[in-house]
Amino acid sequence: MNPKKILVLGIGNLLWADEGFGVRCVEALNASWQFPPQVTLMDGGTQGLYLLPYVQEADCLLVFDAVDYGDTPGDLREVVGDQVPRFMGAKKMSLHQTGFQEVLMAAELTGKLPAELVLIGVQPEELEDFGGSLRDVVKAQMAPALNLALDWLERWGAAGRLRESEAEAITDAALAIDLYEGERPPADQAYRLGDARFLNLEAA
Amino acid sequence: MGVYETQGFKLDNTGKRVVVDPVCRIEGHLRVEVNLDSNNVIRNAVSTGTMWRGLEVILKGRDPRDAWAFTERICGVCTGTHALTSVRAVEDALAIRIPENANTIRNLMQLNLYIHDHLVHFYHLHALDWVDVVSALQADPKATSTLAQSISSWPLSSPGYFRDIQNRLKKFVESGQLGPFMNGYWGNPAYKLPPEANLMAVAHYLEALDFQKEIVKVHTIFGGKNPHPNWLVGGVPCAINLEGTGAVGAINMERLNLVKSIIDRCTEFVEQVYIPDLLAIGSFYKGWLHGGGLSSKNLLSYGDIPQLANDYSAANLLLPRGAIINGKLDEIHPVDLKDPEQIQEFVAHSWYKYPDETQGLHPFDGVTEPNFVLGPNTKGTKTNIKELDEGAKYSWIKAPRWRGHAMEVGPLARMVLGYLQPKAYPEIHGLVDGALKHLDVPVTALFSTLGRTAARGLETAYCVKLQSQQFDKLMANLKAGDLNTANIEKWEPSTWPKEAQGAGFTEAPRGALGHWIRIKDTKIDNYQCVVPTTWNGGPRDHKGQIGAFEASLMDTPVAKADEPLEILRTLHSFDPCLACSTHVMSPDGQEMTSVKVR
Repeated sequence: MNPKKILVLGIGNLLWADEGFGVRCVEALNASWQFPPQVTLMDGGTQGLYLLPYVQEADCLLVFDAVDYGDTPGDLREVVGDQVPRFMGAKKMSLHQTGFQEVLMAAELTGKLPAELVLIGVQPEELEDFGGSLRDVVKAQMAPALNLALDWLERWGAAGRLRESEAEAITDAALAIDLYEGERPPADQAYRLGDARFLNLEAA
Repeated sequence: MGVYETQGFKLDNTGKRVVVDPVCRIEGHLRVEVNLDSNNVIRNAVSTGTMWRGLEVILKGRDPRDAWAFTERICGVCTGTHALTSVRAVEDALAIRIPENANTIRNLMQLNLYIHDHLVHFYHLHALDWVDVVSALQADPKATSTLAQSISSWPLSSPGYFRDIQNRLKKFVESGQLGPFMNGYWGNPAYKLPPEANLMAVAHYLEALDFQKEIVKVHTIFGGKNPHPNWLVGGVPCAINLEGTGAVGAINMERLNLVKSIIDRCTEFVEQVYIPDLLAIGSFYKGWLHGGGLSSKNLLSYGDIPQLANDYSAANLLLPRGAIINGKLDEIHPVDLKDPEQIQEFVAHSWYKYPDETQGLHPFDGVTEPNFVLGPNTKGTKTNIKELDEGAKYSWIKAPRWRGHAMEVGPLARMVLGYLQPKAYPEIHGLVDGALKHLDVPVTALFSTLGRTAARGLETAYCVKLQSQQFDKLMANLKAGDLNTANIEKWEPSTWPKEAQGAGFTEAPRGALGHWIRIKDTKIDNYQCVVPTTWNGGPRDHKGQIGAFEASLMDTPVAKADEPLEILRTLHSFDPCLACSTHVMSPDGQEMTSVKVR
């Protein structure tokens, strides 16, 4: 029997502070660990339907994302199976989730939803910081999130081993977290806040 | 604001106000407000981007060679187009010439993106404005088969095939999870297709969903990484070795053959499915020619797909460049992105601050300083706006103008410019002419919502032809022994001048896209993007001139005020992407479009 095809996907927009959690997790997982060939690690960014073929091909899908569960910032949650599409759509804080929920629905409509779905999500602290990086409470959850993922991968028959040599980066080098944080222009030169997200907030 | 006239439209905001927020099935966040007269005809339209964009400012001080990687992250749909525009801007600033192969490969990637984007737009974002999914359940599969076979030789057309599709759809609808078909105004009288045409369209919706994934493999082959392909200032980041083997390393014959087979399948699908569907749907709606807006007056395209490398003059572009103003179709104006008098952005009605808001700023001198204030006639509060005051500032999108004119950009602009130049663009002329004859409508029918949608399809048919031509060109050059894909002579910043500035352009699938860069001491000093949805979705300017979205809604009758299908249909026909004309964040928990009638 062929091994299960596994897709580990980090999604979100890394330009918006804690929104970058998913992409940063998959980047870190790739930097420290290597996996058997049936495992694909992917920086999905905010791509919508472009991700569909990869999702359709997978038997097992693990997604890292920043999700607004209404928890305390930095809380980590693991969501499994049918619950995943519902959680992705429950409280959309970002456009990429609309897009990704559509991907899951399209996979289902075409009869190719992965048999196993896992979402490892963190409650973000700050999104309104354009050009910013992960907040400390969120960054601190990367290691636990990676451990959860490693457990799943092991369960799916694809245990990781620590890397011995340097990995080929998943994100472009210019966006790697150190450079991204280190070269950020100062606040007086680059306005960082989002809008007040005023429209619709209290729409009634 | 009461009543006033601008650009041939009579605006009147005294009637019943309808608010659609957010406009769904687009990438990003858009709100529109319209006023209806007593006959439910739109007499005033207000389009607003509800989020702040600030890509420009986070690039300050970074390496110009990295800008593409950031711009690629603004938006989930024109990823590659932003990256291409960015590397062109840097190459322009530093006078870097790219090899012929690099130009051709970029063209192939850009054309591939068009085909993918247009196809997904037509079937997955826009078709549901014309196709009533629920009505497809009433269709007779046998009659559907007859219909399908009468318009195309596409093999998937048997009664049994359509029966299966119908059963799948039925199961989906009965399970209560309409999924992507949620939020439809099913049964609305503005839907005109018979059930059989609806069923055929649903079948092709599913087929396109399956096929689209094949198209993008071209990006993986040439761009390496997916879904975020690699780009390179000075060329393309892929080496070519025709004798090589395997799926990694330099591009070899095996992978070029795969590209060729994908190109052929694109051609097949577009010619046998997309175009026949478009014409079939068009034939039922050709009496509904609303939504033209600015298109019969002002159109703009920067052009794209340079036939030869490093020549960005209009005559070398396979997608036409030019501007039409005041409806004078016999006069095509040249367009120059660097002329300070041509492209300017205004902010009198945008939430930004300029020293003098009656003046526009060219992107080289662009300023992006937010200023969120509401006008005195706003209803509601800052955190809960019931009605915007369009007499004051009301959008996060700036108002770009070409020589002071509001312009429409996109496939319709490109196809009209090509149609008007039959000698230079015989293929475009032929495609447009053929469709007009098939539907038996005059040229003026192009200036409508349907015309915009048709132009996108016809452009796709043109792009599959170009894609084949560009592939042949690449192969001929490779076989002649030229394998060069990158020029790294000026890769090192030490070779750059102390100060430089440049402009990069593309035609994104949804319209003219420009990036302007200023480099100082080898770092980015200023970066400005003017994106297609800024052109189309921008607000009024200091003179009160309305933008393309706003104009397109004017004078359209709405069948049911609380189901603004006609509004969505027209806005979707632009393929708007607010993610980059504003930024990528939507408010909490907003799942369904809310429609408020007041």
